[in-house]
Amino acid sequence: MTTTPHELAGARPGPAFTVTLDGREIEALPGQTVAAALWAAGVTAWRTTRGEGRPRGIFCGIGVCFDCLVTVNDRPNQRACLVPLRPGDAIRTQEGAGHDD
Amino acid sequence: MTERPHLAVIGAGPAGLAATVAAAAHGLRVTLLDSAAQAGGQFYRQPADGLRARRPQALHHQWRTWERLRDALDAHVKAGHVRHLTDHHVWCVERGADGFTVHALLGPEQEEPVSVPADAVLLATGGYEKVLPFPGWTLPGVLTAGGAQAMLKGTLAVSGRTAVVAGTGPLLLPVAAGLAAAGVKVAALVESAGPRAFLRRTGALAAQPGKLAEGAGYAARLARHRVRLLGRHTVVEAHGAERGGSEPQGRSGGEGPSTRRPEGPGTARLSTPAVPGTAGLSTPAAAPGRRTTHMLAAVTVAALDAERRVRPGTQRRIPCDTLAVGHGMLAHTDLAESLGCRLEGTGVRVDDEQRTDVPGVWAAGETTGIGGAALALAEGHIAGRSVAARLHGHAPDPRTWAAAAKTRTRLRAFSAALDAVYAPPAHWAEQITDDTVVCRCEEVTAGAVREAVGELGAGDLRTVKLLTRAGMGWCQGRVCAPAVAGLAGCELTPSRRPFARPVPLGVLAHQHTHPTGRGSS
Repeated sequence: MTTTPHELAGARPGPAFTVTLDGREIEALPGQTVAAALWAAGVTAWRTTRGEGRPRGIFCGIGVCFDCLVTVNDRPNQRACLVPLRPGDAIRTQEGAGHDD
Repeated sequence: MTERPHLAVIGAGPAGLAATVAAAAHGLRVTLLDSAAQAGGQFYRQPADGLRARRPQALHHQWRTWERLRDALDAHVKAGHVRHLTDHHVWCVERGADGFTVHALLGPEQEEPVSVPADAVLLATGGYEKVLPFPGWTLPGVLTAGGAQAMLKGTLAVSGRTAVVAGTGPLLLPVAAGLAAAGVKVAALVESAGPRAFLRRTGALAAQPGKLAEGAGYAARLARHRVRLLGRHTVVEAHGAERGGSEPQGRSGGEGPSTRRPEGPGTARLSTPAVPGTAGLSTPAAAPGRRTTHMLAAVTVAALDAERRVRPGTQRRIPCDTLAVGHGMLAHTDLAESLGCRLEGTGVRVDDEQRTDVPGVWAAGETTGIGGAALALAEGHIAGRSVAARLHGHAPDPRTWAAAAKTRTRLRAFSAALDAVYAPPAHWAEQITDDTVVCRCEEVTAGAVREAVGELGAGDLRTVKLLTRAGMGWCQGRVCAPAVAGLAGCELTPSRRPFARPVPLGVLAHQHTHPTGRGSS
């Protein structure tokens, strides 16, 4: 009895489009946030912390914790759980404060 | 015809929607501001339009109530009495001589400022989840229970294949049921409260047959998905492993030379300077050079005794790639505090009409204390009626909202009973090892907090923050405050934040130059 969230909710999104993660192409769907597309691509961490260089991804999922920060189209410190994707968006994993890469 | 008095409602969850509908129906012009792209808040969070979900109700509870709210909102918007401003992140409400100005940033970039003038303000800013730390809780794959639910409801996304849902509180049941329905294997639901705790308070709980049936319904769904219920258990540690590799046997963590300080016994040892995001993907970018990172691979759970202490020798390990964890909710009170509203406990204090002690400011829903969506609806309705009467210059007649008031009384008693039932393990703070990061933003460890308290004499959250930076980062202590308070043995006091969210300096400079700037009003 395997199902997916898309099957459960009867989702019929429009055609997938391409975005990049560190230059590599991944697929995204209309309506997906950065975090949703990364999860769908099997990626659950996309930032390292300023101090210890620890990997981080989604924690609160609603924009409160700022753990899921990511660089989108050269704008660092975007919350992956909030930012919707558009075709051609360039996502970059973020190291530290995101201003030094 | 004279212009209708104008109410600004902040937050489009159950409380804000009920208030908006009631106020608009009773002669107010309402501007409803919300940070999301669609109304619903967290409880009725809708899948993004682009996903074109034909059965969003499959992810929801009490869908008919939502449809009524949504249709009523739409009707009032069409009639021109309600303006619904989506993607508006309110960072400050200013009180002036002749009313209020609500300051927001347009999302998701949150750089363009907007101001909305109003005669009165209704705060329905909701709540967010409390998570108490444990070794390994910063590993990718560990997320809040509410976060797992928000990602599922809003973007139809799940983070892995096998999840453990853990912590305490009424949220865990729907989260586990939702993940299981969406095809995630839920290896266990780990709840620190035990069945005996429920029996002790049968009075208050039995007065809510609907709520008990709701709980029984979730339990049945979990049984259908063969989800193991571990009552009076707790997660004592989360373990990482290299993504894509197999989890080391008989060890509690990753292998390999650690170039960085381990965060906890057996957690998150990085064998190389981590470049996250690409690990484990069979792509050219990930294969050569072996860029690796650590991800959640398992949790250790343990039984609690009757005093809710960890029972020695009961530890067992459950493999999982997702841990959805939560220990209850906290109210969002930033806007209320900066307006000078008095708090009671950790929520905004309100009177029988849902008025705060600041004239012109009402509050409803979780921001006044955690109680759930049904209570938020009742409070929002009362607040909306009250504002409508007051802005038309007369005192409201409470008999007109008698049914809602009755519901409110009943559900407040119920949530107080739940509060007593659901509780984290006793001495949870002692389970946090010194090297566990407590403040996720500033990477402050439990050891540093203990040192600030034990050796430097800090006795409150503010002093701990000044000595350790715990609570000084991006989230402004929203995530770590309960943990720091527990470690320091002090009370969880709301910390006054001048703004409810980060604000670009350019916006502040503009506010200073144009104090009554009214962007889109």
